[in-house]
Amino acid sequence: MTAATASQAPARPPAAKEARLPRIALVGCPNTGKTTLFNALTGLRAKTGNYPGVTVDRREGTARVPGGAVCVIDLPGLYSLHAISEDEAVTVRVLRGELLGRPPDAVVIVADATTLERSLPVIAEVLQVGLPACVALTMVDELKARGGELDLFQLQRALGVPVVGVVGNRGIGLDDLRARMAECARWPAARNLPPDDTEARFRWADALLRRCARARPAESRLTRRLDAVLLHPVAGPLVFLAFIAVFFQAIFTWAQPAMDFMSGWMDQAAAGLAALLPAGVLSGLLADGIVRGVGSVIAFLPQIALLFLVIFFLEACGYMARAAFVVDRLMGVVGLEGRCFIALLSSYACAVPGILATRTIPSPRDRLATILAAPFMTCSARLPVYALLIAAFIPSERVLGPFTWQGLTLFGLYFLGSASAFLIAAVLKRGVLRGAALPFYLELPPYRFPSPRVVLLQVWRRLALFLRRAGTIILAVSVLLWFLLHFPQRLAPAGATPAQQQQHVIENSYGAHLGRTVEPLFRPLGFDWRVCVGLIGAQAAREVMVTTMAQVYATPIEDEAHAASLAQTLATPDPETGRPPLDRAAALALLVYFVYSLQCISTLVVMRRETGGWKWPAVAFTYSFVLAWVAAFATYRIAS
Amino acid sequence: MSRNNSPLTLADLPRLRRGRVLRVDGGGALADRLRELGFAPDTEVVFLRRAPLGDPLLFRLRGTDLSLRRSEAARVVITLDEEPAPE
Repeated sequence: MTAATASQAPARPPAAKEARLPRIALVGCPNTGKTTLFNALTGLRAKTGNYPGVTVDRREGTARVPGGAVCVIDLPGLYSLHAISEDEAVTVRVLRGELLGRPPDAVVIVADATTLERSLPVIAEVLQVGLPACVALTMVDELKARGGELDLFQLQRALGVPVVGVVGNRGIGLDDLRARMAECARWPAARNLPPDDTEARFRWADALLRRCARARPAESRLTRRLDAVLLHPVAGPLVFLAFIAVFFQAIFTWAQPAMDFMSGWMDQAAAGLAALLPAGVLSGLLADGIVRGVGSVIAFLPQIALLFLVIFFLEACGYMARAAFVVDRLMGVVGLEGRCFIALLSSYACAVPGILATRTIPSPRDRLATILAAPFMTCSARLPVYALLIAAFIPSERVLGPFTWQGLTLFGLYFLGSASAFLIAAVLKRGVLRGAALPFYLELPPYRFPSPRVVLLQVWRRLALFLRRAGTIILAVSVLLWFLLHFPQRLAPAGATPAQQQQHVIENSYGAHLGRTVEPLFRPLGFDWRVCVGLIGAQAAREVMVTTMAQVYATPIEDEAHAASLAQTLATPDPETGRPPLDRAAALALLVYFVYSLQCISTLVVMRRETGGWKWPAVAFTYSFVLAWVAAFATYRIAS
Repeated sequence: MSRNNSPLTLADLPRLRRGRVLRVDGGGALADRLRELGFAPDTEVVFLRRAPLGDPLLFRLRGTDLSLRRSEAARVVITLDEEPAPE
C-alpha cells in the first residue's frame, strides 16, 4: 500500500527550526519498549508490538522537555554493535553519524528491567561509543510484579550516568525522563566500563548487578501456562487453526451485516444524489462513478477492521515470535527460517511492511527469497475483491458447525496464497538463492495482555490509511475509468430504456475499446472485456477491480427501489441472455488470478528500494503474472 | 556445588535440566552472536522445550526465553548441574 510506505519510511527531514534541537537517539536490545517510549515522549503513533524486530527503520519526532524541546530518534533494537542484520546496521550507522550527517547529540539507552542480565553488556557497548548517555529502564512495573528487585540508585552510581525507571504505556517516570533529557548536554561520561570484549562485558555485568541488590524476577507464570498449551505438539497447532478458521468465518457472519448496511447506505446516497442533480454527466460521475464506485470499496471497512484487529492482537500479545518458533522447522525444509515467517505473516496486512520486516533476517539470500515471496501472502487490498466474488458466487450454506462454504473458500484462498509463497521461496532457495544457513535465534517475549487502547489506535491508523487510499488513488483511477467507460456518449436506438441506453454507452466507450484490446490475452481465462478493464485499473490498486465492477455492472439508479447489491447483480442471470454478467467459472478464475498477480505499485517500489535495483521487482512481476495466468486458466478449465 | 564433569553441549541437555556454559565452540559470526546473546562462561541455561516438530529448542538464560536450532545449540559446551532446575 502506498500509505504503508509513508508510515514505514523515515519521517520527513526535520524543519529548519527542529534541526537545531538536540538529537537524542533511543538505543537498546530488541523488544525493550523503545517505540512505546518514543510514542509516549513524542505523541506519535509508531507501530509497536510484543516481539523482537517490530521497528526496522529510524524515525524522528519532537518531544517537549522542560524549557524547550528535543528531537527524539527511534531506532531498531540490536544485540550488539557488531550488526549482522540490516535493521541492526541502521542503528549502528546512526550512532556512527553515517545516516544523519553527524552522530546524535546524546543517547537514551532503553533496557528492559526484567532482562538486565542479558542487556547490560549491550548497554556497556553503547556507552563505550562515548556519546552522552542516560539509561531508561522500562517495565519496572513488571519487574516488581514478578518479585524482582534492583537498586536504581546503586546502578546510577556504578554506571556514572543518569538512570530513570519508566513505564512507557502508562506514562510513569516520563516527567523524570523529560527533565533529564532537557539537560542532555550535561550528562556525565560513564565510568568503570569493562574492556571491549564480549565475555568481559558479561563478567562485568554480573558483578555490577550483584552490587545493585539485583534479584532476578520470577518467570512469568502466565507465559509458562500459555506456552504449555500453545507450544504443545498437538494442542498448539489445533488451537491456532481453530482461531484462524473462526476469524475467516467471522468475516462473513459478523462483518457482512455491517457491510451490507454500509453499502445500502452508499446506494441510497447515490440515489439521493442522482435525484438532486439534473441528469447528465456530472450527476452520473458523482453518483455512479464516485459514490457507488469508491463507496463499494469503502463498504469493506468492517472486514478490513476485523483483519487488522486480529493481526495487531497477535503481534501485541506475544504470539508472533511463538508462531515463528513453531514453524521454523517447516521453514527449514524450504531453506528459510522462523523470522522469515514473521515477515510473511506481516504481509497479511500489506506486503510493504512485510518486505520491510525482512530486515531482521541476517542472511541476504533468505531475505531476498522472503521479499520475493511476500506479495503472494493475501494482503488487505485483496480482501474486498475476494469478499465480493465469494458473496456473489459461493453458496452461504453451512458445511460444518458455524462454518459455511463462503468462510471455507476465503480460508482456501489465503491458504493457496501462503502455500504458493512458501513454494516460491523454496524454489528460489534451491536454485538461484542457494546458500549456507545463518544462525537462527529468536527471543520469545513473555505474553503481555495488549493495551486495548494501543491495539485499537493501531487498527484505526490502518483504517485511516485505507480511507485515504480510497480517497486518493482508488478515487482517481475510478474517476478515470468512469470517463473511459462513459465516453463517447453514443445514443442508443430510439425506444431504449435508460438501462439499455447506459449499456449502449458503456459497450461503445473508450474503456470498452481498451478492454477489448487486451481481451484476447485473457479470453482463455474466461475474462471478457469488462473484467479486463477492471484488471487494467487493478494494476494501480487491487480494490479498483471492485469499483470497476460497480460501474460496469451497475443497475441504473432509477431501479433504486429494488436495487440489488453488487454481489447479487453479478450472479443474477440477465433476463435476455439467460446468463449472469460473470459466470461462475470465470469468477473462480478471477479469484485465483488475484491470489497470484502482483498488482501493487507500492510493493514494486519498496522491493526496488530494499533490493537495490529494478531487477528483482521485474522478475517478481513477471513470474507473478505467468503464475496468475496459468493458475487462472487451469481453474477456468476445471470449473467450466 | 555438585556437578557432573563430562562435557556436553546444549543440544544434549535433558528437558527441564540446568546446565552451565563452559564455552562456545568455533569462530565466525555465529559463535560471536551466541556469545553476545548471553552464552558467556558460567551462565546458567535451562532447556524448556522442543518446538512441536522437534526443532528448534527453547532455552531460558539470563531472564529471557531464547530459541536456537539444534545445530546451533550444539556449539555451546556446558556442564550439567545435577539437581533439577527449580520451577
